Amino acid sequence: MSRKTLIPIGPYHPLQEEPELFKLYCDGEIVRDIKWETGYNHRGIEKLSESKTYDQVFFLVERICGICSTSHPFAFANAVEEIAGIEITDRAKYIRSIIGELERIHSHLLWVGLAGHFLGYNTVFMWAWKYREPVLDLFEMITGNRNSYAMFKVGGVRRDIENSKIESIRKVMSDVKKKTDLLAGAVMDDPVIHARTKGVGILTKQDVMDFAAVGPTARASGVAIDVRKDDPYAAYPLVNWKVITATEGDVFAKAQVRLLEMYESISIIEQCLEGLKKEKEGEINVKVKEIPAGMATGRAEAPRGEVFHFVVSDGSNSPARHKIRAPSYVNIATFRKSCIGQTIADATITLAAVDPCYCCTERLATAYDFDSGEKIMNARELINMSVEKTAEIRKTIR
Amino acid sequence: MDTDLLIKDLKSIFSDNVIEVAVKNRKRATLTVKPSAVPEIAEHLYKKAGFRFIIASALHTKKGFEIYYHFSNDATGLVLNVHVILDSEKPEIESLSNMFNASNWIEREMHELFGINFLNHPNQEKLISEGNWADGVYPYRKEFKK
Repeated sequence: MSRKTLIPIGPYHPLQEEPELFKLYCDGEIVRDIKWETGYNHRGIEKLSESKTYDQVFFLVERICGICSTSHPFAFANAVEEIAGIEITDRAKYIRSIIGELERIHSHLLWVGLAGHFLGYNTVFMWAWKYREPVLDLFEMITGNRNSYAMFKVGGVRRDIENSKIESIRKVMSDVKKKTDLLAGAVMDDPVIHARTKGVGILTKQDVMDFAAVGPTARASGVAIDVRKDDPYAAYPLVNWKVITATEGDVFAKAQVRLLEMYESISIIEQCLEGLKKEKEGEINVKVKEIPAGMATGRAEAPRGEVFHFVVSDGSNSPARHKIRAPSYVNIATFRKSCIGQTIADATITLAAVDPCYCCTERLATAYDFDSGEKIMNARELINMSVEKTAEIRKTIR
Repeated sequence: MDTDLLIKDLKSIFSDNVIEVAVKNRKRATLTVKPSAVPEIAEHLYKKAGFRFIIASALHTKKGFEIYYHFSNDATGLVLNVHVILDSEKPEIESLSNMFNASNWIEREMHELFGINFLNHPNQEKLISEGNWADGVYPYRKEFKK
């Protein structure tokens, strides 16, 4: 019998959206089975939400994810406004969409950087994270925070984007566009990246349906679902943009979808800025008296896919039940399909392709012998395996 | 398919099993059904009507344990909630995880947090606490005055 190796990936890092432990059971180089343990950071947010007022819940759900921190308030606002039958002003709609799309851009840039790092392209990593900075600076200018912006409330947004700021946002967007061209060129035309990511970690259309995967993970497999288009909210029906899809379902397709989506996001922001000019400054709120009894579902398209909130109100000032589903909850389960049969060197990029907020390489595994428990490989060595594979391919291509 | 047409369709196919229909608007509808009919209805929605399973939400109310199965029809933007009320003493319902993998984790979670039993679930182990939580204690259950 061949020697079985257990490679644990995870569980903990404060930057991860959902700290989890993946156990890869490997036979030589090949991943044969995958198991997971979740709940390391189960904070009982659904239960906590029942003890907070509607205004406070926004700050709570904003802290579910550190990277896409506006997507949960977005979905929650959609749900509560549906219960109360509130129609927000156009200016608030534009501002919400601008925040949502800026977030998508910085989240996708973060992912591109990490994917580059896993493949041994540290220049891509440095570039992507450098170009992400101006977007975070924009957030600081607009909201006062680089992350966890506290912009949303029932009936509108907390802060206005004054018309005087529009020009500086536009300037940053045109810079980001140039940098995206640069990154897209570096990633999409590189034969080594093609060799490392094409045909790796494939999810078929049927797999996507089976696991109900969402976001870029689904769109890369040819399933054109996007809540912004299918169930439009905020300013998305007021602007022109298209849903980006690919058909291959491999890691390359997922990268392609994310890179091309950034152009759409930039275009949406530019159109929203035009829209802002037409609306009167300061009209960002409608008065909300009370939230009546009822229930509603709210959805929003986060950078990683559909965020789903189900809110039941009993007429009091806090939710009676609040169910939250983050996109990674369904996307992570697809590893069972995409990882099994892959080599360990490809497993890191396959796991990263779903963008499960894997920000930390140090946590990405220490391997030890399955039978004796003896340590045979550390995190750095595991990343190195992936990097070395890229180097080998590079030699053959050049 | 248009929402009204779809609801009419569902009502005629599962006539005996549909208890109540509430259509809020073109994109939001709730169907209260008998628990025994959930697998059939889910199969119809998933395999024939082009729905995607989003998630399920459990609630503990005075009526018993309620589950809302949320399905999305992405072509029309319709979110259809299939609502069931389970017995408060012995809550159990057939698992959907043999039909699609998407419900696997959430059924384990509901089992763990509410103590709802999912019959024929392929692996109803704890999802969140992994053995760090006492058996038979369900944190999301509520206590009601009798």
